[in-house]
Amino acid sequence: MSFPGIARRGDALGIDPLSERRSVSSAPTAWDYFADRAFRGLATVGVWLILLLLAYILWTIGGKAWIGMREYGVSFLTSTTWDVGRGQFGILPHIWGTLYSSMLALAIGGFFGVAMGIFLTQDFLPARIAQVFRTIIELLAAIPSVVYGLWGLFVVVPAMRPVANWLFEKLGWIPFFGSTLSGPGMAPAALVLAIMVLPTVAAVSQDAFRLIPYRVKEAAYGLGATRWEAILRVLLPAASTGIFGALVLGFGRALGETMALAMLIGNSNQISLSLFSPANTLAALLALNFPEAGAHEVQVLMYAALVLLAITLLVNVVGEAIMVVSAKRGGRR
Amino acid sequence: MRRPAIIPSIPLVAAMLIAAAAATAPADDTLRLTGSGATFPFPLYSTWFKAYSGKNKAVTVDYQGKGSGAGIQDFINHTVDFAASDAAMTDEQIAKVPGGVQLLPMTGGEIVIGYNLPGNPKGLKLPRDVYPAIFLGKITKWSDPKIKAANPGMTLPDLDITVVRRADASGTTFVFTSHLAAISEEWSKGPGSGTTVNWPKSDKMVASPKNDGVTATIKQTPGAIGYIEYAFAKFSKIEMAQLQNRAGQFVSAGGEGGPAALAGAQLPANLRAWVTDPDGARAYPIATYTWMLFYKENKDAKKAAALRQLVEFCLADGQKMATGLGYIPLPDNVIAAVRKASASIQ
Repeated sequence: MSFPGIARRGDALGIDPLSERRSVSSAPTAWDYFADRAFRGLATVGVWLILLLLAYILWTIGGKAWIGMREYGVSFLTSTTWDVGRGQFGILPHIWGTLYSSMLALAIGGFFGVAMGIFLTQDFLPARIAQVFRTIIELLAAIPSVVYGLWGLFVVVPAMRPVANWLFEKLGWIPFFGSTLSGPGMAPAALVLAIMVLPTVAAVSQDAFRLIPYRVKEAAYGLGATRWEAILRVLLPAASTGIFGALVLGFGRALGETMALAMLIGNSNQISLSLFSPANTLAALLALNFPEAGAHEVQVLMYAALVLLAITLLVNVVGEAIMVVSAKRGGRR
Repeated sequence: MRRPAIIPSIPLVAAMLIAAAAATAPADDTLRLTGSGATFPFPLYSTWFKAYSGKNKAVTVDYQGKGSGAGIQDFINHTVDFAASDAAMTDEQIAKVPGGVQLLPMTGGEIVIGYNLPGNPKGLKLPRDVYPAIFLGKITKWSDPKIKAANPGMTLPDLDITVVRRADASGTTFVFTSHLAAISEEWSKGPGSGTTVNWPKSDKMVASPKNDGVTATIKQTPGAIGYIEYAFAKFSKIEMAQLQNRAGQFVSAGGEGGPAALAGAQLPANLRAWVTDPDGARAYPIATYTWMLFYKENKDAKKAAALRQLVEFCLADGQKMATGLGYIPLPDNVIAAVRKASASIQ
């Protein structure tokens, strides 16, 4: 691509083309300007296309949800009955279940994900073994959702049942342990979901740690900090923006997860603090009811989809805002 | 509504579809019929269609099991040549098809109540007043006196009953809840009947997607009880309860109870009838027909002829394959009625 440019450049300026070729830098040519402008144009179009696509999705979903929104309004968000036969629709239990399961998953998956980020970047392991670990964690992301669901049903639930029932017997007065675990329920669903968000959180927080300039760590050691002091007091704060980004990404992933949750959460429209009770999520509601939904139910489901979209958007915007604020503060320090 | 038998047949069907697409793309000498709809009879239908195409090389049949509701939608939108539905079609839906719709019951199925008890005791008997109460969450322990009274000699543990139901909208739920609504007033006033209903809220009531999900959850949960199609329980070796029918007899699924239930139903002229609570001492209480939907006016006369031929094949040769796959073959009088009605596919 650059050969015609070089040839022309040499001719135009009357310089020996050979010496020109040896130099790394040179004045931009007309072709360079054109390529630059074309690329910029292409990138701009791409960005606008993404925005347009999002707007189009919102418009189509909103258009279909509109009738449902007019009919049910805010009570759709606050009532708890989903009865197709009688035309009563409410998604409060689904909103609760979506947020509760995602937060539990993020608490578990986030902790272990960040811990792995530290473990794999702070020279705890020889580089080659760390690479093996990294690949294994990334492999977790490649396992299909349905396999996680089956694994949860056949392995996690039976393993968790005695523990859960023991907790209920001994500590049943704590609302979190307020019921026995019979089969599917919040706890196994959240645990499996935690494993599903783990690769995302681990990968992004590793990047965050790797982006810290090496001299920061050296300076910390130079001041006499121990390894853990350096990690907890210097590196973790320095990487906090990136880690926060990892958590937001993981949360978004958890909010939208469908199949594994549909298999594990029990799909019961109730609001309970107990970890062992069945619950429901928005994504599961959508996935399970669309195929057989009638025309009216589709409008209501579209409304529910819009709510899920709004929650995801809100989480991302809030996450972004917190990151911006914390980045500013970090800069001031 | 899926069955375990579907698993080996999916790649087969996919291969068939690809082969059919490859074969029909250049030369158009093979007639291709497309259909979509109910997943419950899918294993049987795909067996039928494969056998039919094997016998009659000039016609290939592609059937997509995407659910009864989706099948009806496709049929109304004229994107298929025929459809299949566990819930037949409502008059309102039929009115949306100019030229008219011919509903043909093609096979039947039973829905069983499967359970998981320690020690796997066989032949649990559930009286008519007990199983609606279990699914309403009124009877919550296996050691409940009402269950004990019906099962003398069976050791029933002091264990919570975990009800497992379908999480997705399904024809299975429709048939099951229609039956419960027919035999229990409390049920018909409460959850009612439909492809999804408003189930009682309880920690001991969980839902799983599809027949296989419910089957797996019953198998994994001690003290579980749930409704699934007969073939699922049969092939995954889940214990099935004997249910008390209208005549007061306890009947198990899979025997002559299913055909007896269907034989008792009077089919009206449009061939749409529900067997919500069959008569007869030997009838199994929860059985249903499943339908294929055809246009009365087809644009292509060749296609209409092929469809009639296909129906005839399913009635003559197809019914013999039903029992082995866990379906109920049509009673003789129904076969005659369907054969007669299929003439209106023009």
